[in-house]
This record gives sequence, C-alpha cells and structure tokens, in this order.
Amino acid sequence: MSVRVARTTPNLFGGLAGWIWLAIIIVPIYYILVTSLRPQADYYSENPLSLPANATLDAYGQVLANDFLRYFGNSVVVTLVSTLVILAVSLTASYVVVRSRRRSTARLFQVFLLGIAIPIQATIIPVYYLIVQLGLYDTLWAIILPSIAFAIPLSVLILTNFLRDVPAELFESMKMDGAGEWRTLWNLALPLTRPAIMTVGVYNALQVWNGFLFPLVLTQSAETRVLPLSLWSFQGEFSVNVPAVLAAVVLSVLPILAAYIVGRRQLVSGLTAGFGK
Amino acid sequence: MSAATGSAALTQTRQGRRAPGNRADGPSVWMAGPALVLFGVFAVVPLIGVAVLSFMSWDGLGDPVWAGAENWGRTLTDPVTQNAMRLTVVLSVATWLFQTPLSLLLGVFMAGRQRYRAVLSVLYFLPLLFSAAAVAIAYRALLDPNFGLGTALGISWLSQDWIGSPDLALWVVLFVISWSFVPFHSLLYQGGVRQIPKSMYEAALLDGAGRVQQFFYITLPQLKYTIVTSSTLMIVGSLTYFDLIFVLTGGGPGNATRILPLDMYLTGFRSYDMGKASVIAVILVVVGLAVSIGLNRFSGASKMDSQMEGV
Repeated sequence: MSVRVARTTPNLFGGLAGWIWLAIIIVPIYYILVTSLRPQADYYSENPLSLPANATLDAYGQVLANDFLRYFGNSVVVTLVSTLVILAVSLTASYVVVRSRRRSTARLFQVFLLGIAIPIQATIIPVYYLIVQLGLYDTLWAIILPSIAFAIPLSVLILTNFLRDVPAELFESMKMDGAGEWRTLWNLALPLTRPAIMTVGVYNALQVWNGFLFPLVLTQSAETRVLPLSLWSFQGEFSVNVPAVLAAVVLSVLPILAAYIVGRRQLVSGLTAGFGK
Repeated sequence: MSAATGSAALTQTRQGRRAPGNRADGPSVWMAGPALVLFGVFAVVPLIGVAVLSFMSWDGLGDPVWAGAENWGRTLTDPVTQNAMRLTVVLSVATWLFQTPLSLLLGVFMAGRQRYRAVLSVLYFLPLLFSAAAVAIAYRALLDPNFGLGTALGISWLSQDWIGSPDLALWVVLFVISWSFVPFHSLLYQGGVRQIPKSMYEAALLDGAGRVQQFFYITLPQLKYTIVTSSTLMIVGSLTYFDLIFVLTGGGPGNATRILPLDMYLTGFRSYDMGKASVIAVILVVVGLAVSIGLNRFSGASKMDSQMEGV
C-alpha cells in the first residue's frame, strides 16, 4: 500500500521544468506563425505576439511569387533521389555484411563505421574540388552524391543491426529452395527489415531536406537552389519584410510537419536511430 | 522435432559449404559495390584529400601547388584561428553543461506514463522538424531589439541587441543550439529511462528511498551509457554547428562567434585560402575522432562501442 502512495507523489521539479520548457518551445513557433500572417505594415506597429488584427496570406503570396515552388521542387528531387539510393545501396551492403562469411567483409564494415565519427564539414574542401573536377558543380547531383555518401555509414549500421536479428534458418531455407542472393534480398530481407528501412528512410530524408552546407558550397545559381538555401537568400532579399521571410520558413516546414503528423512514431525512432536503443 | 532436424541439416550444409576449394559462402562482395564506391569516392577520398590539401596552397580556382608545412605554421599561429579554437572549447563545454541536466530532467519527466506528458512530448519534438537555417532566421527576428520578444512582453531586459553585441552573441548561440537539440537528447534519455526495470524502483521504495534518492542511486547510474552516447554526440556535434551559426550571426559580430567549422568555411570559401582551411579541417577530424574514442574508452565498453564492435 505504501508503495502506491509513494508512487503518486508528483515530481514537482520535473513538472515545473516540463511546463517552462513547453513555453520556451512553443513561443518561437507561435511567433513564426502569427508573424507570417501579419501584413508587413502592421509588423512595426502591432505587438509581436498578438494575433494579427488584419490576418492575411499576402506574405505567402510573395514567397510563392518568388520562385519558391522551384526551390521546393529541387528539394523534393534531391531528397527523394538521395533517400532511395541510400536505402538501396545500404540495404545491399548490410545484406553482404550479415550474410557473407568472408573475413574481408568484417573489415569492410569497419570502414563504414569510421564514417560515423567523421564531421562532414571537415571534408567539404576536397568534396568541392572533386565535384568541380567531375563537372558536377552547380547541379543537383553535386548535392545528391555527397549526401548519399555521408548517410551510408549510419544507415548500414542500423540495417545491419536489424538484419542480424533475422534467424539464419530463414536465409538457409531460401537458399535450399534455390533462391539466388538477389531474390533472397528482395523476398526475405526487404520485407523483414521494413521497420528499419522506414526509420533509416525518414531519418535520412529529414537530414537531406534540411541540409545546408552541401548546397551552400556546391551550388550557386537559382536553378539549383534548395529550400534551406532559399530561406537564407530570402532573408537577404526580403530583409525588411519579416512576415515574408517567416512565411517561407513555415512553407519549408510544412511537408515535414505533415510527415510528423502521419508517421510520428517512425520519425521519432528515425531521429534517435542507432543511438536510442 | 522437425525444427531440430532442420537446423541439424543446416549446420551440415554450412560445414559442407566451408569445404576447401569451394566458393566462399554468402553473397558476393560486389553486392556492396555501389555503397563502397559512393562512400569511397565522396567520403574516404575527401578525408585523405583534406590531409593532402593541408600541405598545399590553393585558391579554389587554379591547381593546388605543394607548399610543405607552411600552412600549418601559419594556421597554428593565427590569432583568429586560436580564438576560434578557444570559442569552440567554450561553446562545447557550455552547451554540454547546459543541455545535459536539462535533457536528463526532461527525459525523466517524459518517461512518465501520464497522458499529458505524452502530449507534451509530441510538442517538445517540434524544433527537430525545422532546418537550422529556419531556426536561425526565426531567432534573428524574435531577438530583434525593436520588434522582437522584448517589445512583445514589455521586458526591457529582453530588448538588448542580442545578436549585435560581441558579449551576448555567443550566449544567444548557446541558447538557440539548446532549443534545437535538447529535444533530441531528452528523447534519448526518455528511451533510456523506460528501459530501467521497474522492479529496481519497487525495491528502492520498499527500502524507503525517496524520489531524489531513487534518481541518484538508480536512474543516474542506470543511464550511464545513455549519458555517454548523448555527451559524445553533443561534444562531437559542437564541432559541426555550422549552418545555425552561419545564418544566425555569420561568425560575428567581429569574430565573437567564429568557431572552428565557421573559421574553416570563411577561410576557404570567403578568403579562398584552401590550404589553411584544410589545416583547420584536419584539426576538426582529429579532435572529433579523439573525443569519440576518448569518451567511449573512459566509460568502459559503452553501448555505442559494443554496437560498433559487434561486427
């Protein structure tokens, strides 16, 4: 009985911190939203946290009129292509790591693991040199290829950990049925690792969608501009039009927010992927 | 019965396959080819390349020319880079000191099964959806001395020129980094707390341990691996805070927030001194690796280690 009583004493300290932190999280987000709905003229006169007296979508109109959809499209292409390739090559690599009994494969896995500890930023100069030499500078490939490369280590790690849990008997029985490696991969490994694939996919899509350094260094023109970079350049162009800049911020988050609402669980496990468990 | 015979048969097959002269078992390494090529060309080669470039002179346009150790001497004695190193250390220590207790507290709070806590956890997660560029832009507007938060709440203390003052800018960076990353670390701690066996708390209660004692004698020791993982990510992460600071302050005012990754970018892509920037990059790689390995050694075989060594 005494156990029960002790259990329910409220954690006052944690509770207080929890509510204060909520305010700290919500106020800036609320501010972004209300400001993006405020007419530019009222920005200077109204209380920044008040609901806009003359709410308008003008700011959104201005952003859309400034090629926002092209940048959005670029981000969609870069994110989709990168994520699909990351998943395909990481899954096949993990399959080899788990199924092969060669000594060399273990070595290979260690090479991938090395990549997890490397800060991406630190290799940007040679990556820039390489991209220029390959004639890919200022193309979407310039963002896609390095993004894939740097996503491979963590993706292989997560998928490998997951594939190891698949009972070896399942693989062996596929083999006894005469299935080749590709068919085993497609018919067995792929369906069984679906949760891990979702996690890796969501995690990497978010990383690529929000990525800033590769686009900044490896692209230049408006034709190849992706969303995070466009926010930065909007800030330059619209410097005095804060509602428009913040409307661009809202539009850039919308797809992720939609994904969060639909697949919150995957997104959460995706973000803590490989570290949380 | 049949399962047992099945596995016996399987062992036989395996042994049979291992017979000398036979093609080695398992899929061909070529299946890993695409991942290897992509990772090799765009990650491993650049990693070697950055070390080579640190001994070369290059303006980013022509061809790199051999320069010997000149870049190294020049970089290590440069007051701007020395200042960047100092700022990087200050920022990583400060972000760790600020974020760790906060994330721990929130993680323990979020791990509770009450429904309102689940709702709060959903909201806590929101900062993780924003790109660093978006966060920085929003905070630039929010911290405006004339039209920002200070005006909204009528608190004059909040109406300082946060981003324009060399004394305040670094602390603004610290706060905005925490706003963005505490949600992630509290998620790690939430997961860690939920894995602690309930029976441990029940036993502690029977022994008459209060909530605070439970925290220090059960929760904290049980979260050892989570703390190491989170701290490693935080400290290595502070070597990579580039985009957020780049958009928020650009390294300024003056050089007040020019930490190493920013120093590298500005040296390389604004001053076109790629040799010097490569030296800074090598320092970043070495420090990053040293911190990861050091923290994991220091804590014994950590979870990250065992995941990595479970090859």
